[in-house]
Amino acid sequence: MSLTTILMTIISTTLVYSAPLIFTALGGTFSERSGVINVGLEGMMIVGAFCSTIFTLNLAPRLGILAAWLALLIGGICGCLFSLLHAVATINLRADHIISGAVLNMIAPAVCVFLTRIFYNGKGQTPVINQGLGTSTINGLKQIPILGKILFTQTSIIAWIAIIIAVICWYVLYRTAFVLHLRSVGENPAAADTLGINVDYYRYWGVLLSGFLGGLGGAVMAQSITLNFSVSTISGQGFMALAAMIFGKWDPIGSMAAAVFFGLAQSLPIIGAYIPGLSHINSVWFQVAPYLITVIVLAIFFGRSVGPAADGKNYIKSK
Amino acid sequence: MVQTVVEMQHITKKFGNLIANNDVSLKVHQGEILALLGENGAGKSTLMSILSGLLQPTSGKILINDRIVSIKDPQTAKALGIGMVHQHFMLIPAFSVLENIILGDEPHNYLGKIKYIQAKQIIKQMAQRYHLQLDLDAKVADISVGMQQRVEIMKALYRKADVLIFDEPTAALTPQEIKELMQTFRILASENKAIIFITHKIKEIKEVADYCTIIRSGKVIETVKVSQAGEEQLAEMMVGRKLQNNVQKQPVKQQKLILNVKQLTVQNNGRSKILNLNLQVHQGEIVGLAGVDGNGQEELLAALTGMNKVTSGSIQLNGQELANQSVRKFVESKVGYVPEDRQAEGLILSMSVAENLALKEYYHAPMNHRGILNYKYINSFAQNLVKNYGIRTQNVYETVASLSGGNQQKVIIAREIQNNPDLLIAANPTRGVDVGAIEYIHRKIIQERNQGKGILLVSFELDEILKLSDRVMVIHDGQIIGEVDPKTITAQKLGLMMAGKKIGSVQQEVTKSEL
Repeated sequence: MSLTTILMTIISTTLVYSAPLIFTALGGTFSERSGVINVGLEGMMIVGAFCSTIFTLNLAPRLGILAAWLALLIGGICGCLFSLLHAVATINLRADHIISGAVLNMIAPAVCVFLTRIFYNGKGQTPVINQGLGTSTINGLKQIPILGKILFTQTSIIAWIAIIIAVICWYVLYRTAFVLHLRSVGENPAAADTLGINVDYYRYWGVLLSGFLGGLGGAVMAQSITLNFSVSTISGQGFMALAAMIFGKWDPIGSMAAAVFFGLAQSLPIIGAYIPGLSHINSVWFQVAPYLITVIVLAIFFGRSVGPAADGKNYIKSK
Repeated sequence: MVQTVVEMQHITKKFGNLIANNDVSLKVHQGEILALLGENGAGKSTLMSILSGLLQPTSGKILINDRIVSIKDPQTAKALGIGMVHQHFMLIPAFSVLENIILGDEPHNYLGKIKYIQAKQIIKQMAQRYHLQLDLDAKVADISVGMQQRVEIMKALYRKADVLIFDEPTAALTPQEIKELMQTFRILASENKAIIFITHKIKEIKEVADYCTIIRSGKVIETVKVSQAGEEQLAEMMVGRKLQNNVQKQPVKQQKLILNVKQLTVQNNGRSKILNLNLQVHQGEIVGLAGVDGNGQEELLAALTGMNKVTSGSIQLNGQELANQSVRKFVESKVGYVPEDRQAEGLILSMSVAENLALKEYYHAPMNHRGILNYKYINSFAQNLVKNYGIRTQNVYETVASLSGGNQQKVIIAREIQNNPDLLIAANPTRGVDVGAIEYIHRKIIQERNQGKGILLVSFELDEILKLSDRVMVIHDGQIIGEVDPKTITAQKLGLMMAGKKIGSVQQEVTKSEL
């Protein structure tokens, strides 16, 4: 294999694995910027993956490839609805954010696997989707010499969309009034309140956006990587996205870059075989790597990163 | 006829059983500076929270520009031209000064993109007009407290406030910054803004205010023209009685030795924080320890209360050796301690008043019966103390965090005095409390002395030391470098000694400077 082919394989695999993490990490960024800690990203991804899989399995025969793209939207919407639980619990009922998030992570696999068993005659996993997102080549951009082949041939379109969305999020986060308000309720809700900013309203937006993006991330996972739904479809990606968000300092571009890094770690079991010199290493190491790297990165950076000042703090207005 | 901008009529505000404001009325005109004077907990802040829409009055009327209004939230207040500068600034440290000012009212295009450049221009112009010096691009976390306050003022002006309310604006400022703020007040008033500022510092009122409304226990006592009222008169109206500036001390008879510290050395990371220090406190005397912050006071206090280990030397209380004993041993040997930082060391803020009062005795009968707390006893015990020490609280179940600074200090003093200590150690007991509370605390300390307790007073306030002490020891660099008589020493001499000059050389310096 030529070097460009190896690079193309590494990059395209990395991107495939990065896409779900990018979306989910962006979701986490919005939620935590608004002051609601979201450890329930994993649960939101599971719901997104489940709903999108069911959708494609039922509608692919009629809609073809369109079903796969629509399924992403469905995954996002379902994740968004699911995150309502977290929003109500933390914003209205003032529950502890970590506990509420952990509950989401326990409910999601339980409900989704239970429903899978009901829908598919007691089986713990759905049939395989015929019409996944897969990889494709971006026609215009592949003409670019060398880079075109490495970056845009046989690549994951959804990953590129994720990267573009991250850039848009960054712009939105630092330039618009809406997100200035959203960030202010995550930094000092009392101050925001005195300026007439509705704290609950913006926190709802933060959580629901994270639900949408988390569900979307889960759907991408199901539509482009696992191609079905089972209990192991989402296995820690929510937490990796959370780690990426912290590693990226609650910044969309930073989170995106960190997510790509974790995507690379996740793709190691597959691309390891292609990298000369690494191919003889026991593949168990590659499979452990993403989790190990997540733990190490979190241990090193968690203490140092400074998140939003009021992250995880419920705002109780004095009457 | 000058326009009346704000008029509050017969405002009453109740929190449960507590009446915070009782039939309060006040008026402010355009271009006028009104001071609201009152002790901590008198109801000034509650009243202003009502005006700024954070709280709703139980009854009463508010008129803005002669029209009756209902201020149901901060936005309504803002729309009516009322701006509030809170005591604890409502700023976002992670945001820039500019973002903090425009937050909530950003000029933006139809896509929601903020027009930062335009906002900057508007604010620069306003800053010039009102002589407010601001660094718009700096992060609020990085700027001085004085500038943070200017940010708060600009926030209000940016929202076109005509009435500016300041809650204890000088509490955290340096003298220089206070001067600048007073200047700003005058400029704002000359631009026809009305200013209401809450304070318990009479000097500031005399300096800038036109009128002063005095509030006590939730009621308006009087509104006076500041130029026609004396400082003492204002102080008396605030606390409701004549302030006793001269505290009554019975003469000390040299009595039994209570505390005897001999050759005490405390080392920390190999450095001697206290070196061969000797100190005696007898029954019926107040020993003042004067010194510049950081000369070993903290370590001495920690050693005398059992909080830290000592390296060598002895601490005897009534002849009993206590060095390196546990804190409880000190407590049981009848040492009372009023720590310097009441919120960090003196109290557990999230616990109730009753629980805080019980902290020294919760572990034995009658508060504790075989490991079970007797809350019935604890609460009635607390109720007694609340009554006897005049602690202003809704009830003993309130968290101590909800009390004002002066009342929090009273809780500590009540707890430390009630079990009749032989030695009372008080560290800056009046820091950050108002005139009335200061007077009360001083009176209590002298009362204890007159009853034959030994008192060690550590304070950075020279006036306090000189006023209360029978003997003054000067600490410098971990050593006592001299003992002086508070009746004859001047603040100037004492100041020189605190800087490390021995008595003999101080005499010389003072004569030199007098020449």
